Amino acid sequence: MNVLAIDSSNLVMGVAVTEEQKVLSELITNNKKNHSERLMPALAQMVQAAGLKPSELDRIVVAEGPGSYTGLRIGITIAKTMAWTLKKELVGVSSLEVVAQNGRGFEGYVAPFFDARRGQVFAGLYEQKDGKMVPTVPDRLVLMENWLAELAKRDRPVLFLSNDFDKWGEKLSSEAFAVLGDSTQNLPRPAELARIGATKEPVSNVHHFLPVYLRLAEAEAKWLAKQGR
Amino acid sequence: MKLNVNQKTLILGIETSCDETAAAVVENGTVIRSSAVASQIEVHRRFGGVVPEIASRHHVDQITVICEEALSKSGVAWEDLDGIAVTQGPGLIGALLVGVNAAKALAYAHQLPLIPVHHITGHIYANRIVRELHFPLIALVVSGGHTELVHMKEHGSYEVIGTTRDDAAGEAFDKVARTLGLPYPGGPEIDRLAKEGSPVIDFPRAWLEEGSLDFSFSGLKSAVINYVHNEQQRGHKLNHADIAASFQESVSEVLVKKTMMAAERVHAKQILVAGGVSANSKIRLEIEEAARTRSIPLTIPPLALCTDNAAMIAASGTIGFLKGTRADLSLNGRANLNIEDF
Ligand SMILES: [Zn+2]
Repeated sequence: MNVLAIDSSNLVMGVAVTEEQKVLSELITNNKKNHSERLMPALAQMVQAAGLKPSELDRIVVAEGPGSYTGLRIGITIAKTMAWTLKKELVGVSSLEVVAQNGRGFEGYVAPFFDARRGQVFAGLYEQKDGKMVPTVPDRLVLMENWLAELAKRDRPVLFLSNDFDKWGEKLSSEAFAVLGDSTQNLPRPAELARIGATKEPVSNVHHFLPVYLRLAEAEAKWLAKQGR
Repeated sequence: MKLNVNQKTLILGIETSCDETAAAVVENGTVIRSSAVASQIEVHRRFGGVVPEIASRHHVDQITVICEEALSKSGVAWEDLDGIAVTQGPGLIGALLVGVNAAKALAYAHQLPLIPVHHITGHIYANRIVRELHFPLIALVVSGGHTELVHMKEHGSYEVIGTTRDDAAGEAFDKVARTLGLPYPGGPEIDRLAKEGSPVIDFPRAWLEEGSLDFSFSGLKSAVINYVHNEQQRGHKLNHADIAASFQESVSEVLVKKTMMAAERVHAKQILVAGGVSANSKIRLEIEEAARTRSIPLTIPPLALCTDNAAMIAASGTIGFLKGTRADLSLNGRANLNIEDF
């Protein structure tokens, strides 16, 4: 099975092509965020580098969120459009689950997170079972303070993986149970996305496949609050 | 540049610049094979206007549904298409990105040329679906975001000779509608209400400097708001229908006179009206009358082609295709985009 994996959910942009157990091509950048300009050329380049034509892909796997709303829409629009028009399978994978793969082998919990502003983070908690990283709790949007308090109650050390240690590294280092990931562990790898996406169930309705925003649009939240008043 | 505009073409157009997700297949730039539109008016009504983040979320939900509808209704296969035209801008950036990235994915998947389109040229080319264009011409473009007089010497050439210095005409309609407590979108509501009233209130007309083709609607908008406040303070009962009729009279008089001035200046062989506000019945009536007395042929598209749609994007994209306008896979949406660069 030829798999194309796309991740533009955060600052890191990644594209990979795999065939069964083999990674054929992989590209990852962690600088500018103009994903709308760079993603399609990168995708075309990786498919070509893998020696394939678009029609020869069997499955498209996309990081479905959480993450930047705009970034998610770019990746998901491209993934679902290609899956629909080329009649290929489409699979969505949690953006946090992709990062969690880098914690394989860690004795304890793996806690990937993305900064979500206003003291909040998009956070997940994973642990290794039978060689696989499985979620301990569902991905969530949470105040970092509350998240740390929750994790402190657990019995094992926690490996934090994040591209946002500039902002949160210092705070996390002060927690006794926390271990911080290395630079190479903190970035989601698109080849890992392809690997886990290859084993998941494809979405049943490509048309209405949507990003997992984990947060309402601000206007919607305000409107709902007003109704409840 | 002489283009052979009679060349046989089949172009898929995609439009997501504001709150409609649209796709259409147009043949030879003039025949609509299919046109699909998913409007979000109902979604945004409770917010009193278009919320960009919510619009973007809906576009992702509708984009492939609408493309599939357009493709299947057209009976055209991917390999029969000559290119994919997409609105690059201007518009809401998050909304534009959905259409642009979908168009790029389709162009890549089927190895088709990708043609970037300026949204306003789409509104202008909606007219070519009705009648062949004759140059030089003047296009009056009036919508929620635009009020422009565009001079075209030939196909695919755009010179802006008049523009608004503050609000677009459609913005003034929306704000006045809100002041009168009318539901969103305000334009059609004012049009409906004005039919029950008379233009008895003397609201200002902004002519600007002698001979200027520019527009200004912020003074008129403020005048209406002030009038409403003053009357309310005096305890007078407001006649909403008369206010709507008087406001509409003022907008329409300025739009029509300046359009005629522009047409006479360039010796126009045709006048086009384009954009959502051209659905307004008063403006339609007045401009028809003015063009008739001057014996200048006038084209106004039917209502379905005045509001945002993708047939107009495919129609303009057809000219872009013939001109050799192409984008590569790095094409990006742009909230602001100059029509004269197209
Ligand atoms: Zn428009």
